[in-house]
Amino acid sequence: MNTTVEELLSQKERKFNAKELALLAAYFRSVMFDTLHTRGTGHWGGAASSAELTTCLYFNRLTIKSDDPQWEDRDRVVLSKGHASINLYTMLAHRGFFPIEELSTFRTLNTRLQGHPCMKTLPGVDMSTGALGHGLSIGLGMALAARQSGKQYWTYVISGEGCLNEGQSWEALMSAAKFKPGHFVLMIDYNKVQLDGTTDEIMPLEPLADKLKAFGWNVAEKAYDGNNTEEVLESFAWMDSDNQWPKAVIYNTVKGKGVSFTEGKNTWHGAVIDDDSYTKGMLELNADIEKKEASL
Amino acid sequence: MSDTMRDAFGKKLAELGATHPELVVFDADVSSSTKSAYFGKAFPDRFYNVGVAEANMVDIAAGMSTAGYHPVVNAFAIFLALKATDQIRNTICYNNLPVIIAGAYGGLSDSFDGASHQAITDIAIMRALPNMQVIVPGDAKQAEQALEYALQQEGPVYIRLNRNAMPDLPATDAIGTVCTAIGSDVTIAANGITASFAHEAAVLLQKEGIKAEVLSVPVVKPLDVQTLKNSVAKTGKLLCVEEHVLAGGFSSAVSEVFMREGISCRFDAIGIEDVFTETGPYEPLLAKYGISAEHIAERAKKLCK
Repeated sequence: MNTTVEELLSQKERKFNAKELALLAAYFRSVMFDTLHTRGTGHWGGAASSAELTTCLYFNRLTIKSDDPQWEDRDRVVLSKGHASINLYTMLAHRGFFPIEELSTFRTLNTRLQGHPCMKTLPGVDMSTGALGHGLSIGLGMALAARQSGKQYWTYVISGEGCLNEGQSWEALMSAAKFKPGHFVLMIDYNKVQLDGTTDEIMPLEPLADKLKAFGWNVAEKAYDGNNTEEVLESFAWMDSDNQWPKAVIYNTVKGKGVSFTEGKNTWHGAVIDDDSYTKGMLELNADIEKKEASL
Repeated sequence: MSDTMRDAFGKKLAELGATHPELVVFDADVSSSTKSAYFGKAFPDRFYNVGVAEANMVDIAAGMSTAGYHPVVNAFAIFLALKATDQIRNTICYNNLPVIIAGAYGGLSDSFDGASHQAITDIAIMRALPNMQVIVPGDAKQAEQALEYALQQEGPVYIRLNRNAMPDLPATDAIGTVCTAIGSDVTIAANGITASFAHEAAVLLQKEGIKAEVLSVPVVKPLDVQTLKNSVAKTGKLLCVEEHVLAGGFSSAVSEVFMREGISCRFDAIGIEDVFTETGPYEPLLAKYGISAEHIAERAKKLCK
């Protein structure tokens, strides 16, 4: 029996299972592709690679209230790779923080959907980001505030390789291991492609897990497939499995995931989606949605 | 002469900690120099020493400030203004977060450590940032008042502090412009610790029959334009003095607003020219770069000719 995206989104407050999340992620990916094409600006590659990570967070994991975005006990998300703003906006809109139609104002003059996320304009954005490498320090501050005030909220920082190129990230890694606030998680969207080329060409990060461990972090032994919702949910179970903080999870992902000719290509980091690419890409993305609807 | 500015600021932090549970304090491994250690000793659970990592410190503080805390970050002024500019701009100022940036060892006051440690461009950087307020206290009391003021704000405040013991200025109830000498021939507007030298200069000028009005102007942004205008309306001449390069600092701020408002007067400014400074004992070093009672008096006298 088929289940449609519309049926799922009508129950957006509930926790979805892995198959449902896979369908939602496929759909959200198509919304991102469509919006980026319509507006002729924005970053597809890194938004697409994180689709399952953010979908699983926003539709399975986070304790948040769309009707009370500043609720002080809410879980926090810092999208350190702020160029994936269209991804975050797509999640927030479909989670009810602002009208879905507003996505069409992305990067236009006077919009609340700034080029990179702005917490002062858009409900649901916990921190403005854009300049790479800030997120881990900021998230650490949020997590320390939770401990200081006796709150139980979680803080998730989503970083890409660009953030980890920045020296500040390594300062933050050191200091998080010193202060050890609870419920503090670094989620690395490890798509291994940057703006100018592959991570190996630009600035090799390996052995990444060993580096994080050497910096005093509790690192998941498994590098999860970040484009597989079952594995992302498995990583959430690992986050809950012990009380050793701070925690880091490395997710193997594919830049430009979902559109065959954009996958793994650094040129699709921030390229404009032209009409021809849009037509071909949407065929693939819609086929993926239909396949996932049929599986439910 | 009372406490050094840094001692007064550190003790005030510790005092305010008792009545302000939202106050948290950060330092970058210089707490015994900045004197934030007073707070650290009194409230160890609300004190974070993040090591020599100013950029990281500023963003951690910013993160805490989004969850109901009012952090004060302490480090040397030069390193906060230069190593953490991105964090202060993109995280704190862009989001208008209530974080107090306490820049220690401001101006040339870390005199013996030399040019690498002397903050001579911090005011220009900080005042260019939207949402940032900029205060350069002139003595220990003004440093305490600046902190009390900053804690009441909902956005960021930069407070530039001095390392050394400096003369006290006439006390007022709250941070703001203070007239230390009344005169009608020339206005000397002095920022930060240059006010005590300006006051001495007025005494020298008095001996030559020149009545100088001396204004201690600690708040660079928002600038108290009205008090300056009132004085200049009387004297017709304005000499600005600052412990900072002349590009982009206090004198620039004053001249910008005077030009914009069409306020005409004879004008001069004393500050560090377009050069790097050097090692030496503090007062002789200041004097070499133009900040002394004698030099201020000489330049004021020229304005009166």
